[in-house]
Amino acid sequence: MTDTAHPIIQIQNVSKRFGKVTAVDNVTLDINAGEFFVLLGPSGCGKTTLLRMIAGFELPTEGKILIDGQDVTGVPPNKRPVNMVFQSYAVFPHMSVADNVAYGLKIAGVKGGEIKDRVAEALELVKLGGFETRMPDQMSGGQRQRVALARSLVMRPKVLLLDEPLSALDAKLRAQMQFELSDLQEKVGITFVTVTHDQDEALSMACRIGVINKGEVAQLATPSDLYEYPANRFVADFVGSVNIFEGKLTLDDADKAAVDCPGLGKVYLNHGVTGPHGADVWIALRPEKIYLHVPGEGKAVKAAAQDAPDGYNFARGKIKGMSYLGDITLFEIELESGACLRVSRPNLSRHDQDDFTWGDKVSMHWRADSPVVLLG
Amino acid sequence: MAEQDWKTNKRVFAAVSLPTLFWIIVFFLVPMAIVWLYSFGENKGLTEIDISGTLDNYKRATEWLYLTIFGKSFAVAALVTLICLIIGFPVAMAITFASEKWRPWLLLGIMLPFWTNLLIRTYALMMLLGTQGFANKGLGALWEGTSWIKTLVGLQPLPTWEPVQLLFNNFAVVFGLVYVHLPFMVLPLYAALDRLDRSLIEASLDLGAGHFRTIMRIVVPLAAPGIIAGVMITLIPALGAYLTPDLMGGTDSQMIANVIERQFKKANDWPFGAALSFLLIYAMFALIAIQSMRKKVPEVR
Repeated sequence: MTDTAHPIIQIQNVSKRFGKVTAVDNVTLDINAGEFFVLLGPSGCGKTTLLRMIAGFELPTEGKILIDGQDVTGVPPNKRPVNMVFQSYAVFPHMSVADNVAYGLKIAGVKGGEIKDRVAEALELVKLGGFETRMPDQMSGGQRQRVALARSLVMRPKVLLLDEPLSALDAKLRAQMQFELSDLQEKVGITFVTVTHDQDEALSMACRIGVINKGEVAQLATPSDLYEYPANRFVADFVGSVNIFEGKLTLDDADKAAVDCPGLGKVYLNHGVTGPHGADVWIALRPEKIYLHVPGEGKAVKAAAQDAPDGYNFARGKIKGMSYLGDITLFEIELESGACLRVSRPNLSRHDQDDFTWGDKVSMHWRADSPVVLLG
Repeated sequence: MAEQDWKTNKRVFAAVSLPTLFWIIVFFLVPMAIVWLYSFGENKGLTEIDISGTLDNYKRATEWLYLTIFGKSFAVAALVTLICLIIGFPVAMAITFASEKWRPWLLLGIMLPFWTNLLIRTYALMMLLGTQGFANKGLGALWEGTSWIKTLVGLQPLPTWEPVQLLFNNFAVVFGLVYVHLPFMVLPLYAALDRLDRSLIEASLDLGAGHFRTIMRIVVPLAAPGIIAGVMITLIPALGAYLTPDLMGGTDSQMIANVIERQFKKANDWPFGAALSFLLIYAMFALIAIQSMRKKVPEVR
């Protein structure tokens, strides 16, 4: 992205109510030209409604939507410079692939020769060259999705909207399409706005992610910021796996902070947080940022002491459960406080999974830059 | 339940299917066969029919006079079907896109006429269309009103209102048949439209098509199975319509069913009536055969 990025879509104080239900609640959001933007949220959070309002299929109850500086709030979908790839793909079953892709161009009044060239080009782009005469019922789900993509891209929209584009594909194909979509977006340079409930999908494809919860924007950030610096408990919990403990802020300086968590122990951070002393806060700690040690050797204590005062960033417990996932092993550890802690451990060598087993006593430490303090 | 169940439980299958089979054979196939045999017979006396294998009845049935009545019946039935389609399609679309709350009530409204006897409905319609009926009274009031306004602005009043003859002509037959057959058209159309994936319509709009073009290019082609079903289910009974032309038609609006009825009753010529009946049945067979031979439209997923 360049510094001159300008907002192609501006959503200004948009609300949408269906009867008494508020689907979208006063959302203000800018989507920049040329970026791959993902709306991420659990089902029923209002993300699809937001997308459909951009496409023009739903009218906002309140607020305005601007596309490329133009107010399109009341403009019908067929007059908007955006195109949509539907969750069900919505490929016209009674038309060949070429006719599907040419549909919009014919309506736009593009001349026959140009239609042919542009259809061929679009199909080439989605790797469906040579499929022109196929009928949709002779194609797989993945191929139909490519037809839907080509049909939208051939219109050269300012923004391409994708509603849960990968949800109907199997796991392997989904992973492949994630890369292909990112690739495609870079190649055509069109702004992509995707809706998904799948965090992996969002993290792998997006330039920026807007996490939506109960109709509101919970956080707007790049994938890594979202994961490493979640703004609240909802985001921390929804994006990735996390351990959350309630605690009290006992120290808050410019370059250090400490939180006393009854469930976890004393947590030390090597950066300040902006919160009142003694405030109720939450500590979020990712499972992969916790190190497991065999107790009694003092390794955990020593490791913790490297960047934190004595007695901080250190815990003891017993392995209550483990699941071997191949690349990593997930441990569920009962702490001395009785609370549960999830820890993941990469299996760096072939026999790493044998290091610990059910019932083993373990000690743990984490680095002072790993915990995240959440105020809400 | 496995599909092969009937093979393993033959007795159960027989027990369940025998009554139906009995019913179809005794009350449908046997009478049909008798009528079919009659069509190759001759009258001997008042009640006796000699099945002599003659083809005379068919020769007479294909005479020009009867062929024109056949042709006219086809034309009337086709016109009725076309009008039903033109009226029924928007109605079916309206029901499909009505809110969840309204849809059952609208469907009920379509089906409500089925709960009333056809004869009563036809008489009600005749009361509406008669020279003293509401239609004429309404038109008369409009006429008088126009006349009054004309005198008000100083123009010559219109001549005295003469009731329009709305009954006992071909118009009344077509009107009555459309009235009776409209639900038959709407229901299969609704069934087809209801199955249509809404996102196909949205995709068409999204690609720049207006509503009219979306209907013509997307909705109508995809509703084709429903349209064909609706056409068949309207055309066939309309072709054999008896009551409506009998009650609402004039002397020149008899359809083939009325001719057939006359053979069995007034003319007491059962063999000829049977031959006419079977010509009608063969025509319907042909229609159904044409319909089932058409290229299968790919199923909408």
